[in-house]
Amino acid sequence: MQDLLFYIFAFLTLACGVLVVANPFSRNPVTSAMFLVLTIISMAGLFVLLHAFFLAAVQVLVYAGAVMVLFLFVIMLLDLKEEERRKVKKLGLVAGLISIGAIVGIFVKSLLATQPGQNLQAPTVEGATIPLGKMLFTSYLLPFEIVSLLLLVAMVGVILLSKKDLK
Amino acid sequence: MIMHVGLEHYLIVSALLFALGLLGVITRRNLLVVYMSLELMLNSANLALVSFSRFNDNLNGQVLVFFIITVAAAEVAVGLALIVALYRKRQSAHVEDLTSMKL
Repeated sequence: MQDLLFYIFAFLTLACGVLVVANPFSRNPVTSAMFLVLTIISMAGLFVLLHAFFLAAVQVLVYAGAVMVLFLFVIMLLDLKEEERRKVKKLGLVAGLISIGAIVGIFVKSLLATQPGQNLQAPTVEGATIPLGKMLFTSYLLPFEIVSLLLLVAMVGVILLSKKDLK
Repeated sequence: MIMHVGLEHYLIVSALLFALGLLGVITRRNLLVVYMSLELMLNSANLALVSFSRFNDNLNGQVLVFFIITVAAAEVAVGLALIVALYRKRQSAHVEDLTSMKL
C-alpha cells in the first residue's frame, strides 16, 4: 500500500513539475504557478510517506499557502500578457538539454555506484512535532535565532525595494 | 513486479525534479517562471534531505529542511520585490529585455 502511494505521489510530483516548466497548452505564468502548487502538495504527500509529518504541514502552509500567494499576487500585479511563442533559441535549448542529461547521468551513475539504500536497518525515526521542536530549541537554538534575524532583514529589504523612488 | 520502495527511489525522484528545475531555469525566458523553477530545485533538495534523514535514523536533516524552507520564503519575498522594482523601470519581466549589463 505504501509503495503504491509512493508511486502515485512521485508520478504526480514529476508530472506537475513537467507542466510547470514546459506546459504544451499554455505559456501563462498563472498556470505554471498553479501546477507548482500541485507539485508542492504532492511532495507533502511524499513527506508524509517518509514520516516527516511536521515538515509536510509546513510545506503546505508555507509553500502552497504563503509563497504561492505571493507569486500569484506579483503575477496579477505585473499583469503579464501571455508569453508569445518566440522562436526557441536552438543553442539555448541544446545547451539546456545537454546539461540536464549530464546532471541526470551523474546522479544515476553515482546512485548505482554507491547503492545508498543497501544495508540500512528498518527506519524508525519519526518527524513528529515534539522531537523536532525539542531539537530546534536545544541544539539548534542559535541557527533558529539567526533565521529569525534573516526574516527581519528580508522584511526591511522588501519594504525598501518596493518604495516608489528607488535610489 | 514492483520493487520495494527504498532510499534510491526517493533520491531518483529528487534528482529528476532537480533536473526539471534546471531545465526551466535554462530554457524559460519569463523571469517569474525562472523563479518558480528555482523553487522546484530547492524543493528537490528538501526531498533528498528528508529521505536521507528518514533512512539514516537521524532527525538533523529535517531540521535543516525547516531552515531551508524559512530561507526560501525570505528569498522569494526579496526576489519578487526585485522583480517588481525591475518591472517598474523596464516594463518587462522578460530575460531577453534585461541586457543592460551586456558589453
